[in-house]
Amino acid sequence: MKTTTSKPEKAAMGKTGSWRVFRPTLDEEKCIKCWRCWIFCPEGAIERNDLPCIDYDFCKGCGVCATECPVDAITMKREEK
Amino acid sequence: MKIIDTANDIAALAAKMARPDVIAAYPITPQTVIVERLAKYVENGELDTQFIRVESEHSAMAACIGAGASGSRTFTATASHGLLLMHEMLHWAALARIPVVMVNVNRAIGPGWSIWSDCNDSMSQRDTGWLQFYCSSNQEVFDTLVQAYRIGEHSDVMLPVMVNYDGFILSHTSMAVDVPEQQAVDDFLPAFKPGWKLDVDDPVTHGNIIGPDYYMEVRYDMHQAQQRAKDIITEVGSAWGGIGDSYGLVDTYRCDDADMVIVAMGALGAEAHRAVDELRDNGTAAGLARVRVFRPFPREALQAIADHAEMVVIDRDISLGMAGVLATEMQAALDAEIHPFIAGLGGRDVTYEDIMRIYELAEQGKEGWYTVEVQ
Repeated sequence: MKTTTSKPEKAAMGKTGSWRVFRPTLDEEKCIKCWRCWIFCPEGAIERNDLPCIDYDFCKGCGVCATECPVDAITMKREEK
Repeated sequence: MKIIDTANDIAALAAKMARPDVIAAYPITPQTVIVERLAKYVENGELDTQFIRVESEHSAMAACIGAGASGSRTFTATASHGLLLMHEMLHWAALARIPVVMVNVNRAIGPGWSIWSDCNDSMSQRDTGWLQFYCSSNQEVFDTLVQAYRIGEHSDVMLPVMVNYDGFILSHTSMAVDVPEQQAVDDFLPAFKPGWKLDVDDPVTHGNIIGPDYYMEVRYDMHQAQQRAKDIITEVGSAWGGIGDSYGLVDTYRCDDADMVIVAMGALGAEAHRAVDELRDNGTAAGLARVRVFRPFPREALQAIADHAEMVVIDRDISLGMAGVLATEMQAALDAEIHPFIAGLGGRDVTYEDIMRIYELAEQGKEGWYTVEVQ
């Protein structure tokens, strides 16, 4: 039988951050470190350091983090061409 | 042990004896009895299986796919609109090479609302990659269901199997059936070894993106698996002989010296048996080729008959704007003299006398919709 399966591998499709139209930007002064952005990010593109750290190589700019943030510390800004 | 029961009860019993790990099903007339019986088997402790109640047939098939992907043997049953709702997932199961076994009790499509026998539900799933069997007796329902697991799970096949039989004509009719001991079924069915499986210790996904450079090869392997299944169906049928009845791709009756052979599927094929006997008693050289396996299409077996006899094809289905599906495929696949008829749609009764009349009409060079265009 021939079929296709895939093994987990980082970035098999390349750096998907290039798909992004809007860039989540963190206001470090406002952040209360509740980690809701880290929990809800569907791409696992937020790392939990001292503050949330967004991996722009893989963030597709969906904006879930900005919507979930309870203190509006993340804003979505259009990427410059 | 000989028991007398309806095809639905027999199907539930056969499914139970095949020991599926997971059953996901949704009730729909005329199949509901199967799900009810299986639920009862689980409830009273006769069947150790994960019984998943779902909110639709689409979900039932999705659950079977998920369970199959984890290496479980699965079963579900449906009919008519339920089968149509599964359509996307039917393709999915076949492309993922997960050998789900499913009963489809043939029932007409609405509107108007019809619960009676008609093969347009399963014929509409012709191109999904599923193997398709059509049964003509309750004994054959039992035998075919057990065989379906061994055929579908065969490493050279690895495709899902649909076992069809006529709504009410078989589903709610009691007939005598020889049921083997559980041990005989256990010995006949090896443990399921999946072609690939989801394993937390060795993570893998299926259904990821597949580019134009591989897609055709995947489809081609499925097509080859269908072709290979012809021999495997015959082998498995022979291996089952002695435990139950033995069957091939096409069940022939009095064909050898026949001038014209009736070709039909399911209960129509059983009724045609009697018609052939009556025609023979009247001095007509009639024969019967009951197509038991529709996918893979038994081209070679039918051609062997077409080489020496004309064929009266009776379809209980219609591809609107074209013709009956079985007749169309035979015309495409065979070098044969074919007289196509449509009959029995929406459960309209087709007795052996009707089939004798159809045979007479074919002798007169007529064809078409029996009782609508030709009487």
